[in-house]
Amino acid sequence: MDMNQYLDMFIEESKEHLQAINDNLLLLESQPENIQIVNEIFRSAHTLKGMAATMGFEDMASLTHETENVLDLIRNHKLKINSDIMDVIFQSVDLIEGMLYNIIDGGDGSADVSAPVSKLRAIVAGDLSAIVEEQAAVQEAAGPAAAAEQPGKHYDLDEYAVTVMRQSKDAGNHLFWIKVTLQESCLLKAARAYMVFDQLESVGDIIKSTPSVEDLENERFDRSFEIAYVTMQPADAIRTMIANISEIQEVIVEPIELKQHQPAAPQAAQETAAAAQTAEAKQRAENTPVGGTGKKGSAGKTIRVDIDRLDILMNLFSELVIDRGRLEQLAREIDRSDLSETVEHMSRISGDLQNIILTMRMVPVEQVFNRFPRMVRDLAKDLNKKVNLEIYGAETELDRTVIDEIGDPLVHLLRNSIDHGIESPAARRQAGKPEEGTVQLKAYHSGNHVFIEVKDDGAGINKEGVLKKAIERGLVTPAAAENLSDKQIYDLLFASGFSTAEVITDISGRGVGLDVVKNKIESLGGSVSVDSVRGQGTTFLIQLPLTLSIISAMLVQVENEKYAVPLSSIIETAVFRKEEIMLAHRQKVIDFRGRVVPLVSLKNIFQVPDSGRGNDDEVAVVIVRKGEKMAGLVVDSFIGQQEIVLKSLGKYLVNVFAISGATILGDGQVALIIDCNALIK
Amino acid sequence: MLEQKEIVGEVKVIVFRLKDEEYGVEVNQVRSIEKLDHITRVPRTPKFVKGVINLRGVVTPIIDLRSRFGLDEAAYTDATRVIIVAVGELEVGLIVDAANDVIDIPADAIEPAPEVVGGVEAAYLRGVAKLEKRLLILLNLDKVLNTEEMKQLDSFEGKHHD
Repeated sequence: MDMNQYLDMFIEESKEHLQAINDNLLLLESQPENIQIVNEIFRSAHTLKGMAATMGFEDMASLTHETENVLDLIRNHKLKINSDIMDVIFQSVDLIEGMLYNIIDGGDGSADVSAPVSKLRAIVAGDLSAIVEEQAAVQEAAGPAAAAEQPGKHYDLDEYAVTVMRQSKDAGNHLFWIKVTLQESCLLKAARAYMVFDQLESVGDIIKSTPSVEDLENERFDRSFEIAYVTMQPADAIRTMIANISEIQEVIVEPIELKQHQPAAPQAAQETAAAAQTAEAKQRAENTPVGGTGKKGSAGKTIRVDIDRLDILMNLFSELVIDRGRLEQLAREIDRSDLSETVEHMSRISGDLQNIILTMRMVPVEQVFNRFPRMVRDLAKDLNKKVNLEIYGAETELDRTVIDEIGDPLVHLLRNSIDHGIESPAARRQAGKPEEGTVQLKAYHSGNHVFIEVKDDGAGINKEGVLKKAIERGLVTPAAAENLSDKQIYDLLFASGFSTAEVITDISGRGVGLDVVKNKIESLGGSVSVDSVRGQGTTFLIQLPLTLSIISAMLVQVENEKYAVPLSSIIETAVFRKEEIMLAHRQKVIDFRGRVVPLVSLKNIFQVPDSGRGNDDEVAVVIVRKGEKMAGLVVDSFIGQQEIVLKSLGKYLVNVFAISGATILGDGQVALIIDCNALIK
Repeated sequence: MLEQKEIVGEVKVIVFRLKDEEYGVEVNQVRSIEKLDHITRVPRTPKFVKGVINLRGVVTPIIDLRSRFGLDEAAYTDATRVIIVAVGELEVGLIVDAANDVIDIPADAIEPAPEVVGGVEAAYLRGVAKLEKRLLILLNLDKVLNTEEMKQLDSFEGKHHD
């Protein structure tokens, strides 16, 4: 059996547990008295340790184990949390995370864990010396050594197993603890183990084995293994039965005495310090991974699906959408009521299907957001600032392709806010603000877009500073600078190679500026803007499309050609009379609701061949926007709104001006999708 | 690929006609041969890029080979074909006057191309095959579909409009 098939699962679950540990550690920092949180962390760490050990990542397992020991003391009220201990735990978790990423990258997950291990041991030892008179705690802290030295005294059972055994006993079964030791010369250990299991299962039930069945099958054990067993047979019969299998050196069969009281619930364990209870809690801690994972809180019913499969599903559905368009058109042409009805019904159903598929690909931004509290904490510590991160709308969902890309820009903006935005505690006190700065991270839906806001209550943008720098860098001329609006000045921040920090820190002034953020977000079909009030703070607003693969678009006709304009850029479509068009600086403009909007003739821009259509008295205009700016695209006629599937033009045609891609229409022809951003200057 | 075939001694090529000459592309670079259907023009691209077609759900760019080689363009006829070729990650359709033959060329019949054959620069050619009655010009598709060169052309063409 190959462990590789479990590797993906291990990685996924380890990530989840590490995330849970990180989240809870942060929570614990603010509520150090809440033992419930320690229990949560302990459980995650424990599961993680079990998984790491099973997968053979020894360094990870041992470090997790030491961390667990400290946590165990905390949850048993034998150790008080302080910030030093928190730091050591955080460091250990970081190291574990590092190992996990090493494993993800194909490494063996090994790392030098001696430093954090000795720190963790020091914590355990230091505390123990103080409370050494408190009964059996020493044994507990001795941890695995104690457990390893006296195997057989512990039955290693989780609550489920105990329940099963209790029921079996009530039904008249015998409960046995069996230890089988193979001969030293035994070659096919896994096969022998299998034979033992096979024999045992023919006359009873195996409740549990240590090491786990997987490990046994994989020969991941030394020479002996232990089994908790339920049977109607007497002990002697069982012993003889196993001893008859060849290459068995020794069989020990002992009856299991179940304690009369209910086994302690995980959180109850820390409340009683009785030696027996402690031993049992320790047993749980030493448990094999198999039983551990089931203890997570009740989640909704979900299954894991390979992302590739969802992508394939999406692609297949895209094909269907194209055919749907084709069918709709055919039905219109043929004009038979039963056909039209069927097609209409199919369209409705595929519309529902589309919603479901799109939502299936949606993931909460939480996935990205939840690594930020930790980052902000560390960053604030490094910079000697006090920062409180508030997250709103973490449940807001986005297409996973967007989620994958949005992390880095957000990290950049957050770092920017903490580094450049939030002032030092002293400066804040002087300004009459609370010492602790606040950074808000907000996500919300609006229409076909998701907005993400990064808002700080820091010093705000220093307009003069920005202008000075922009002029220095030659981004604007001093003359032009005079006439810039606030908004235009702030937009300079996004200009290539701009950094306003006086001192280049390694936090955010690393040569790459906000222009990288802007490019990234625009490549996702979104936009970013900034607003600021001096002395009160700065807000970055990111606008993102909900999905990247199927979009709503307005189809327009220009002479004999059809183009698609994404609905997300359209404000309105309107028809103007010829005499309403005015000239301003030789540029055709219209008055659109009191605003002067320049007209862009698609026919000219795209050099569309004349079809001899002749002149109308009216012009059809699609009013589009890019941020605050607007433009009117002059077309011949509007064909209608339609869901279209985005297709790329392929690798041969790259960077085609003002064209972001193509789509296939109902008649099988290709229509180009207009990139409105390129048309608005 | 050519090298491997040389050991075997033969190269299988698709033969197509362009103006008065016969050309060949290796059969393993050819995905399919299509009749010319509706092409959607892509604005502001080099003149030889005729646009894109819907090739069974894949948007595929089409170039006119006559125009690509600087030959005078001709009206499309019933015989006009689009040869879909794949080179690396690129999949492109080539408009040719006609495509009607698949032949095996003995490797030793292939000679280096002279400077200019039929008005096509030697850089675009892999060689010339002299067969009994015909002369076959073998294309070097890597060069023909060179996007670097196209980007230069693109920016050149772009200047016209700005």
